[in-house]
Amino acid sequence: MVTAGSDLTRLTAAEMAAAVAAGEVSAVDLTTAHLERIAETDAAVRAFLHVAGEGALAAARAVDERRAAGEPLGPLAGVPLALKDVFTTVDMPTTCGSKILAGWQPPYDATITARLRAAGVVILGKTNMDEFAMGSSTENSAFGASRNPWDLTRVPGGSSGGSAAAVAAYEAPLGIGTDTGGSIRQPAAVCGLVGVKPTYGGSSRYGLVAFASSLDTPGPLARTVLDAALLHETMSGHDPCDSTSLDAPVPPVVAAAKQADVAGLRVGVVTELAGDGYASGVLARFKEAVELLEALGAKVTEVSCPHFTYGLPAYYLIAPSECSSNLARFDAMRYGLRVGDDGSASAEEVMSQTRAAGFGAEVKRRIMLGTYALSSGYYDAYYGKAQQVRTLIARDFSAAFEQADVLVSPTTPTTAFPLGERVDDPMAMYLADLCTIPGNLAGNAAMSVPCGLAPEDGLPVGLQIMAPVLADDRLYRVGAAVEAALDQRRGHPILDEAHGIDPAGGASAEAGR
Amino acid sequence: MTQAPERTVPFDEAVDSYDPVIGLETHVELGTTSKMFCGCPTVFGADPNSAVCPVCLGLPGSLPVINRAAIEYTIRIGLALHCSIASWCRFARKNYFYPDMPKNFQISQYDEPLCTDGWLDVETGGQHFRVGIERVHLEEDTGKSLHVGGAGRIHGADYSLVDYNRAGIPLVEVVTKPIPGAGALAPTLARAYVTELRDLMRALDVSDVRMEQGSLRCDVNTSIAPAGSAQWGTRTETKNVNSLRSVERAVRSEIERQAAILDADGRVVQETRHFHEDSGTTTEGRSKEEAQDYRYFPEPDLVPLEPSPAWIEEIRSALPEMPAARRGRLQAELGLSDADMAALRNAGALDLVADTVAAGASPEQARNWWLTELSRRANEAGVELSVLPVTPAQVARICALVASGELNNKLARQVLDGVLAGEGSPDAVVSARGLVVLTDASVLAAAVDDAIAANPEVAAKVRGGKTAAVGTLLGAVMLATGGQADAASVRRLILERLGQA
Amino acid sequence: MSITRDEVAHLARLSRLALTDEELGRFAGQLDVIIGAVARVQEVAAAGIPPTTHAAELSNVFREDVLAPCLGADVVLAQAPAAEQGRFKVPRILAED
Repeated sequence: MVTAGSDLTRLTAAEMAAAVAAGEVSAVDLTTAHLERIAETDAAVRAFLHVAGEGALAAARAVDERRAAGEPLGPLAGVPLALKDVFTTVDMPTTCGSKILAGWQPPYDATITARLRAAGVVILGKTNMDEFAMGSSTENSAFGASRNPWDLTRVPGGSSGGSAAAVAAYEAPLGIGTDTGGSIRQPAAVCGLVGVKPTYGGSSRYGLVAFASSLDTPGPLARTVLDAALLHETMSGHDPCDSTSLDAPVPPVVAAAKQADVAGLRVGVVTELAGDGYASGVLARFKEAVELLEALGAKVTEVSCPHFTYGLPAYYLIAPSECSSNLARFDAMRYGLRVGDDGSASAEEVMSQTRAAGFGAEVKRRIMLGTYALSSGYYDAYYGKAQQVRTLIARDFSAAFEQADVLVSPTTPTTAFPLGERVDDPMAMYLADLCTIPGNLAGNAAMSVPCGLAPEDGLPVGLQIMAPVLADDRLYRVGAAVEAALDQRRGHPILDEAHGIDPAGGASAEAGR
Repeated sequence: MTQAPERTVPFDEAVDSYDPVIGLETHVELGTTSKMFCGCPTVFGADPNSAVCPVCLGLPGSLPVINRAAIEYTIRIGLALHCSIASWCRFARKNYFYPDMPKNFQISQYDEPLCTDGWLDVETGGQHFRVGIERVHLEEDTGKSLHVGGAGRIHGADYSLVDYNRAGIPLVEVVTKPIPGAGALAPTLARAYVTELRDLMRALDVSDVRMEQGSLRCDVNTSIAPAGSAQWGTRTETKNVNSLRSVERAVRSEIERQAAILDADGRVVQETRHFHEDSGTTTEGRSKEEAQDYRYFPEPDLVPLEPSPAWIEEIRSALPEMPAARRGRLQAELGLSDADMAALRNAGALDLVADTVAAGASPEQARNWWLTELSRRANEAGVELSVLPVTPAQVARICALVASGELNNKLARQVLDGVLAGEGSPDAVVSARGLVVLTDASVLAAAVDDAIAANPEVAAKVRGGKTAAVGTLLGAVMLATGGQADAASVRRLILERLGQA
Repeated sequence: MSITRDEVAHLARLSRLALTDEELGRFAGQLDVIIGAVARVQEVAAAGIPPTTHAAELSNVFREDVLAPCLGADVVLAQAPAAEQGRFKVPRILAED
């Protein structure tokens, strides 16, 4: 029995929705509890760029009124959520973590924003991110880095680090991120969360400010597999405003999360996603997770995907190429920052000065790298070859999925790294997405689910599960089975061991009102 | 930009010494209801920035979705131009920065155009040319800039004001293959090609093709090489050519200019040039520090096009009669000579005459009215024939009134005046102005007698056999009757009275 | 050295980025390392392998030719850095294309 007096922020999203539906808790109470939690903790975590207290309370009141009127409520009605600041919102600024868009108030809602609102999900605010989703730590945000709730001196991952930090810090039970090369799964892994990159085209990109159009995929971040599934189902489905959206039913992810059964499932361990460069604690936890799956009845085999190691170089050609074009529109003419317009400077000069002042170093690097890769003399050798690698990786996946129903690997080679460690070394930063990139290049579905803490630093390790296109439900079957077994073995959810913000042992008892 | 006029060689001399090769790139705005990638209207002349949405304004997060009708129209154009239709093709991004382009890339087609390798038959100076069509592809239009200060020109302007209503309107680009062998006919061939293409677009009902509103715009490529040379010369691309007359003048002036360069052993520079309506000449475009590199790549926000053979056949079977075939049919039906046909086409009167005949007039009457009286009035007003405020049905009615003897030619012209002045239908003008031929024999006879009595010397000449002098008496009668008498009847009556019938 | 400082300056111009000398030097070094690393794609991608440009295999996605609501000039100009006469006011434009 949930009451307004207990710490509402510690509930799962499924529990919150059930409590609202049953009238045990009002959506306004839930929202208030989370706004208070944000007020207490976000100065340290810095997950949010914008908190929409009034708007959130108004949305919550609307849900309570609908319930009072006897209207049917969706499965997440009244549940608060942290929205990555890359989705357009008519009632909140959308900055993409960039100075060039500081203060921009879009005149339209993204499809995902609109679907969340229609489902009665309460959007608490917009979360921090690496500028235009380029990065793996949120350190590329123009508004300062977010912190990992497990250890405030470390990064929460990125680019969806703000959403991940908010969910891990109990500021919201649900978060939405976008995954272009791992930007949901990698922060989920290093924050001890569940993060899913749905099949490309399964979730709408309309109103998602593009980084790399052929790779960008919105998806859920949550503390439990079931919560992720509920959000996955709520946000997904065909969108006629997105030409690349799949006109197919949403895979039955909620049912799969409840099934939580891997008996007889063929699990392939990807040979190439291990070895040098992987932290020993990451490999140890990954090995245990594979053994656990075997113990739960899965048939584990090793599969080779020889071209996966070319994923990183291919990605760092394709994504910058697309971004160099996608970000050309930020030119100081129609919206956003304008610098150097002194009445005598030409449009060309104002554009160049504004872009130089408004974009951070990583964005500039990638724009120039992409401009280079698309240039007439280099197109075939770089962009063209990268697109061929993409074909090879997709073929590797096809062959592997003949032998296995799902593939597994560590989500990231290391646990959360210290703030500042990689900011001056772009290549080191890029390695954080080594394991996640192949899934983006091929467009299939992938999840990160916690599989324990690395002994050397006590920080969470993620298990990556990959499934074929539109077989997203398999992720949830496997993820839920692993989660249930580990929770049982441990005796509590993994996040209970996160003590970056709340004092050890007393978190759930004392953080409430 | 002010530049000293460049040296030129008189056209006849130029084409004696050099063979021109021309090529045309024609942009046509499609007349779809909505834009290429969004649901905004394709209106002309609306309040600035009133017909825009997140997609055509290129706002962050927005995505394009292809308008099915734009694809269908383009296939229709391709089929009418005898092109092959691609079984699979994609859109590409053409990347360059310009303030009137909301995304700083244009969604266009690069190496995979929807239609390729066709032709269009064109006639000029009595010669037939088959103009090869290289490609027909689809792209999006840009916004429009208004330059403030500096006399409204881009150069020297203080700043510019941009309206994005036009941004995202579907734009078809029709590119010809190089056209050699036209010689001195090259300028008129260019004009005839654009005219034929315009008529085709109209017949296909895919665009209103109004050059004065910019819904058909031309870039003209011209090169010349010494007569008989196996190699073609360096070409220039003249942009901003926005009327049929200008197409002809642009080719002519480039030939004259390039001939002067080659005569002086100079080298023609491959460049973009700008056409000036006022002078009929071209000037060099801004020299570019570095060659444009558009960094084309497949548009990731759109999926490939795969028009099915069934769809293409459906479009093919619904194609209307092509303008050339229609002209042949009309010429036969109306019994027109080649010279008549040429005159009617030049005047833009063929459809008007055909419609007038369809409304009941004889071909000869219809032709005469449109080519003489109405053409004169259109010239005086400085407008196209088709925009005169008179319909073919009204012209046919005037013809009928003349044929039945109810109006003479002079009265008929007065009826036309009334119709053009907005006084209503021909019958309404006739009754309002009281315009009827005088048929009362006693009134006419009295007027004739009065005229003879007032001009005894002239009457004597006529009696004496100098019937040519009858005009004076005729004029006096017409004056006395206010022009409402039928001149032929009056002449007959005078001659009777004076014993010369 | 796979990319020179001059080439980076050219890329910056093409990309409309007014970079300082210091930035040019720094980016030249970093881009050189990155381009060297990504060039690995040339090792495996042999002739005859088709390129993949879209993750999803779709074709013929269309909308019907019908009108949808526009935003309204006041709404779109509200976010403009400068506006005049219902239009976006932009600095003087140099080149014609």
